[in-house]
Amino acid sequence: MATQHQTLGQLVVRRLLLGVVLLLLISLIIFAGTELLPGDVAQSILGQSATPEAVRNLRLEMGLDRPAAERYLSWLSNILQGDLGTSLSSGRDIGDMIGDRLGNTLFLASSAAIIAVPLAVFLGLIAVLHRNGIVDKIISISTISMISLPEFFIGYLLILLVAVQLNWLPSSSIVYNSMSFAERLQAIALPCITLTLVCLAHMMRMTRAAILNVMSSAYIETAQLKGLSPFRVIFHHAFPNAISPIITVIVLNLAYLVVGVVVVEIIYVYPGMGQLLVDHVTNRDVPVVQAVGLIFAAIYILLNMFADIMAIVANPRLRHPK
Amino acid sequence: MSQVLDKFKAQVVQGKLSRRELMRSAAALGLALPIAGSLLSQSAMASTPNKGGRMILGLAGGATTDSLDPALALAQVAFIILKAWGNTLVAVSPTDGSAQPELAESWEAQPGAKIWTFQLRKGVAFHNGQEMTSNDVVKTLQRHSGEDTKSAALGIMRGIESIKADGKYKVIIELKSGNADLPYLLTDYHLVIQPNGGLDNPTAAIGTGPYEMESNEPGVRFVGKKFKDHFNSAIGHVDYVELRVLNDQTARMSALRSGQIHAANLLDPKTAKLMDRLPNVSVQNTSGKAHYLFPMHCDKAPFENNDLRLAMKYAINREEMVERILHGYGSVGNDIPINGAYSLFSTDIEQRSYDPDKAAFHYKKSGHSGAIQLDVSDVAFPGAVDAGLLYQQQAKKAGIDIKVNRLPSDGYWSNVWNKKPFCASYTGGRATQDQHYSVFYSSPADWNDTKWRRPKFDSLLKQAQIELDQGKRKALYREMAIMMRDDGGAIIPMFNDYVDGITSKLQGFTKDPAGSLSNGNVISQCWLA
Repeated sequence: MATQHQTLGQLVVRRLLLGVVLLLLISLIIFAGTELLPGDVAQSILGQSATPEAVRNLRLEMGLDRPAAERYLSWLSNILQGDLGTSLSSGRDIGDMIGDRLGNTLFLASSAAIIAVPLAVFLGLIAVLHRNGIVDKIISISTISMISLPEFFIGYLLILLVAVQLNWLPSSSIVYNSMSFAERLQAIALPCITLTLVCLAHMMRMTRAAILNVMSSAYIETAQLKGLSPFRVIFHHAFPNAISPIITVIVLNLAYLVVGVVVVEIIYVYPGMGQLLVDHVTNRDVPVVQAVGLIFAAIYILLNMFADIMAIVANPRLRHPK
Repeated sequence: MSQVLDKFKAQVVQGKLSRRELMRSAAALGLALPIAGSLLSQSAMASTPNKGGRMILGLAGGATTDSLDPALALAQVAFIILKAWGNTLVAVSPTDGSAQPELAESWEAQPGAKIWTFQLRKGVAFHNGQEMTSNDVVKTLQRHSGEDTKSAALGIMRGIESIKADGKYKVIIELKSGNADLPYLLTDYHLVIQPNGGLDNPTAAIGTGPYEMESNEPGVRFVGKKFKDHFNSAIGHVDYVELRVLNDQTARMSALRSGQIHAANLLDPKTAKLMDRLPNVSVQNTSGKAHYLFPMHCDKAPFENNDLRLAMKYAINREEMVERILHGYGSVGNDIPINGAYSLFSTDIEQRSYDPDKAAFHYKKSGHSGAIQLDVSDVAFPGAVDAGLLYQQQAKKAGIDIKVNRLPSDGYWSNVWNKKPFCASYTGGRATQDQHYSVFYSSPADWNDTKWRRPKFDSLLKQAQIELDQGKRKALYREMAIMMRDDGGAIIPMFNDYVDGITSKLQGFTKDPAGSLSNGNVISQCWLA
């Protein structure tokens, strides 16, 4: 047992270190990417009123006159001390700015996950139970057609039907601090449904495929010959052995829910990280873009790592390497 | 059927439908004329203000980066927030664009328009209970005009030499050089009067306005609560106003359609006609000072030749531009950056129209040959690229070859506008003719984007600046406008309307040429049905 814990512990440490290196590389790529965009924050703030002097003054004030490498290194040394810096365009503290927004994004993502994950697994099990039958076909066709539509299309469709025609739910999802929990849930209902529809198919298909894969094994046949009910065979015998790929796809979808919501947030005017990112990319506000990008990357890396570890934990063969 | 009738009623109240049109439409629906007539009187009766309720606006033009400091306010949302909690000394009349008393009761200038005395309204209370006095006014104006101020109003405050209080209710402003337009300059929305000039806390949002700030989340939402002690009891009908930032076009439109908001700004002209057909929504377009233009640099070939400039001006079909680019929500321009929305504008100046023959004549006289490059990008104004292509087709009929060079939005204002000899641009207009000409068309101006420099124009501008006789000023401005039209470097084909949408619940809407949503006064003038 002791060696086993060590290997798992070692793995986690190794993956964490690798994650840090990855984050460094990502920060470099984001920085280089925003440098490559034409125009800078001074020009985009001043817009039409950008006289050469005004642009020069603003650049000087923001420290944009220094060479790119120097700016990157000073940003890096600040962030290593836990200081995300201040926004170039508004002068507000980036940590404060991100605090609320990250909370909102996580709230939306977790609400969608709470609905989508059990629903996807459940639909997957049902599909296997009635495999190749009419129920399976309906589930597959409906979820796959949802994933084939881009999320903004589903979003606008829902707004048109549910908000404009039926007037059941609000079309814009503005949330603020003084809202009660129930009001908040009502506000995020539509984006939550949109996200659920978009990520349902992935997880459902993977659950179905993984279980079907196991269904051809000899021990399933034994279980069936014992006379167990089909549901019991699938849920108690097939599902536990198919769990590892299912967990992987679920966690990847969770990562998508957090970092992939940019478009959905814009459509529903939801004050989350995605909207913050878009606002600041438009303004070439590099420190904010860097901070948001890093947070997104960190979430992605952590969730991926989590998926791998869970896959190992769920699989006895990987848990006890020879 | 009843929905259709409600729509007609609303249109009559809003002045969109004339009495005769209503009768005709009613007849078409099979209504007897007396019934239609009573419909009309019912609608007129409904226009006494209702009190109470919560008015919600969905607005484009807000960002997480917005500040509550009036000095830093920019764009629509910050502007209407200032209208909610603050007042300026002077307001702009929605009917004739003249200067009207607000926190100042009256004013007078000494000859030469250098020294001005403003008499303040007495008994005006700030939201914190203090009375507004001359000290607050002096400090406010000083904060916006100081050497190191970051105020966006600095440009218009630069001409001020000193600001002094004379007793509790009188303020004396001395200018560096005379300016007959000072009261108009003080209508600038940044110059809301704050207690002690906002020096203690510029972002406190404490002022004299009709609504006190209840909560504010930049880029998301602002809520104001009715201020009971506002000096004018005739405005501010609702208990609460809520401004929601809805920058996304579709989000704004669907919120309006579903009745979640009572009014929205910046409707897309492409879809506005469709919105107007909905039973509960009406589109309100207001012609204002904003316009789209193609500036030509008068100091560079081939545009230094006035015949070529005239050829280019005759080669553009203004009506078609308004129809196709603005979808009818606008009016034709006359190569003068000023229109009837400004006070002291002469509306009798002859309108230039599309004339390929005249264009060909001037083009030939200019001796130019070869293609003329026009730089466009949709950041210049919505539809600028299409406008460029349309212009190309129109000019072809006069034998002029325009080469449309389509550019990305990034860096357009820094690298193209004001640098390239011929491009697309827009302007929102300024408070007065003097201000607009000084910023864009006087010889030393930084933003002289036509490089048109005429000493005679500059001297007329100076002359009008200190002329206190309105009749004489109007004549001077007329002369300048004609100079611009016949010699200037700006091709101004169209003035774009402000296009707002309101639901039938919102009553008492009036059009104000000074800005969108009744120049932001929708929150204090309108009420909910």
